[in-house]
Amino acid sequence: MKMYEYMGKEQFAKFGIPVPKGRVAKTSEEAYQITAEIGDSVIKSQILSGKRGKAGGIKFTADPNEAKEFAANLLGSELRGLIVDAILVEQKLKIEKEYYLAITIDRGTKCPVVLASTKGGMDIEDVPEEYMVKYHVDYGIGMMAFAAREITRRMGLGGGEAKQVQAILQKLYNMFTTLDAELVEINPLVVSGDAVIAADAKVTIDDDALFRHKDLPYVEERSESEKKAHELGLAYVDLDGNIGVMANGAGITMATLDTIQNYGGAAANFLDAGGGAGEEATAKALELIMAKDPKAILINIFGGITRCDDVANAFASVKKKAEIPVPVVIRLVGTNQERGREILQEVGIEAYDTMHEAAQKAVEFAKN
Amino acid sequence: MAIYINENTNVLVQGITGNQGTFHTRQMVKYGTKVVAGTSPGKGGQKVDDIPVFNSVAEAMQNTQIDASILFVPAAFAKDGAFEAINAGVKVLVMLPEHIPVHDAMAIMNYARAKGTTIIGPNTFGLVSSGKCKIGIMPNQYFIPGPVGVVARSGTLSYEIVGSMANAGLGTTTVVGLGGDRVVGLNFIDVLPEFEKDPETKAIVLVGEIGGTAEEEAAAYIKEKISKPVVAYLAGKSAPPGKRMGHAGAIIERGMGTFEGKVKALNAVGVEVASLSFEVPELVKKVLK
Repeated sequence: MKMYEYMGKEQFAKFGIPVPKGRVAKTSEEAYQITAEIGDSVIKSQILSGKRGKAGGIKFTADPNEAKEFAANLLGSELRGLIVDAILVEQKLKIEKEYYLAITIDRGTKCPVVLASTKGGMDIEDVPEEYMVKYHVDYGIGMMAFAAREITRRMGLGGGEAKQVQAILQKLYNMFTTLDAELVEINPLVVSGDAVIAADAKVTIDDDALFRHKDLPYVEERSESEKKAHELGLAYVDLDGNIGVMANGAGITMATLDTIQNYGGAAANFLDAGGGAGEEATAKALELIMAKDPKAILINIFGGITRCDDVANAFASVKKKAEIPVPVVIRLVGTNQERGREILQEVGIEAYDTMHEAAQKAVEFAKN
Repeated sequence: MAIYINENTNVLVQGITGNQGTFHTRQMVKYGTKVVAGTSPGKGGQKVDDIPVFNSVAEAMQNTQIDASILFVPAAFAKDGAFEAINAGVKVLVMLPEHIPVHDAMAIMNYARAKGTTIIGPNTFGLVSSGKCKIGIMPNQYFIPGPVGVVARSGTLSYEIVGSMANAGLGTTTVVGLGGDRVVGLNFIDVLPEFEKDPETKAIVLVGEIGGTAEEEAAAYIKEKISKPVVAYLAGKSAPPGKRMGHAGAIIERGMGTFEGKVKALNAVGVEVASLSFEVPELVKKVLK
């Protein structure tokens, strides 16, 4: 789950990481009020996307009336394809230097990795490799003071500045582990006079750990269909094509989409129905697929322990109850496959042996 | 020969009395796996078929020789179950659950490293040394003995490929499911040297997918250390960036983990990548000649 900048900064403040004065505004009056309090302000639209400045989503002003007007125009409008529901009004910093700090997960070492650079404020992919410090944290000991000192040494920092960055590193790591984060990123970390302040916040929390963070605000990024699928316990992603797809297992579902593409078609969705495809789950999965108005439907079931006749019975009874106005192609192999195919034939559904034959047929249907 | 597990491996099932635990224990026994004990807190002294149930892994290990354990518990309790097994001295631990918090996975890997435990998964179907021992949930019928070692990030896709090989008369030595999560115990580069050492393995099939850099690292390793022929299949060619395709680990992030990058890396070291899964057996037959 990605957090909005203002939520990330609220968490930074909780964990003792310095952030600019200010707060979130949901109305133009609030924006007026905050600028009146803090004076010279930066107003930032809150959307889950970068490059807000270029899109006109950021403004500097010391005038509360201007803040109000800008907020009024921005709130409820669309920016980079996303609706702006909130804006962050905070004190404009006098920027002397811009650094970069992030902690994320390194798959190879299976440990947290700190990324730190004195070249902050730009797109992180544009920072040359030689300016990027990478430090793997031993998960068993965490971010001890020596590790933070080593990172600032490699960054080439000294004096009070180094000490402040070390403190921020330890607090950021504490937040990273306490909140089950996948990513905590400060870009830029600003040096302003004697202070080192987090001028931006990018925080992503592990979806699989949200069950133990009920106190965190929830941010919904999924489409309506994706939300519905999630409630049903199905892995689902909206795509742009016209062939509805359902398969069992993430890898085989991806392979099904690839095979469709190989024969010149395009899938309307990714839907991994998981192992057991009961009648109710099948009906609901089909409903989701139908909602996208596909030209054809391809169901790819490699029944291992799942019995093909159970799967076939589920489809047959769904087909009898609901009108499916487009051709359905099923690939069904595994335990009891012969019986499964007979059941499907009885309700007029074609069943195939292999994924590529079924995919070819579905692409053909979708073109007519 | 086979890798990690064989006909002499004594297996423990953690969570043996649950529905899934009992069902898959029976499937494993049917396959020929030596399931010697199970655990279920508070149910010590019971039996599942003829298999004794203990209250804890430590108790089971006091009474029986255990070489490997498989964990059938919900994701939220997986960390505790894994720590219990590692702490008791289990050498190979298979972790099936999906949706284990990634910080729990890091903690488990860290502890396993300190104690010398090999972790398979999480979010895996397990592993099987064909005809000898299956520790996992894969369908028995496709895993017949033969000369091909398979290492995969995805379950059903492995069944698909191993099934199509079996239909073409190609059996397997060991099939290892790495798991679909971001942080998993074994990566391709850990399993490849085991296949290289195994005299029965004549060719290796690598089943990868988008996300991360495990395939690129495998390519670099193959170039330096692997003399046996390798064939690959990768899923996710048509996946859009930034979307998580079912597996937590199957996501193209910040331009990393793309299909094209992986194919290029593997091709560059002489590994042929099948464009469709059914082409894998033909490619394997070609390299075995």
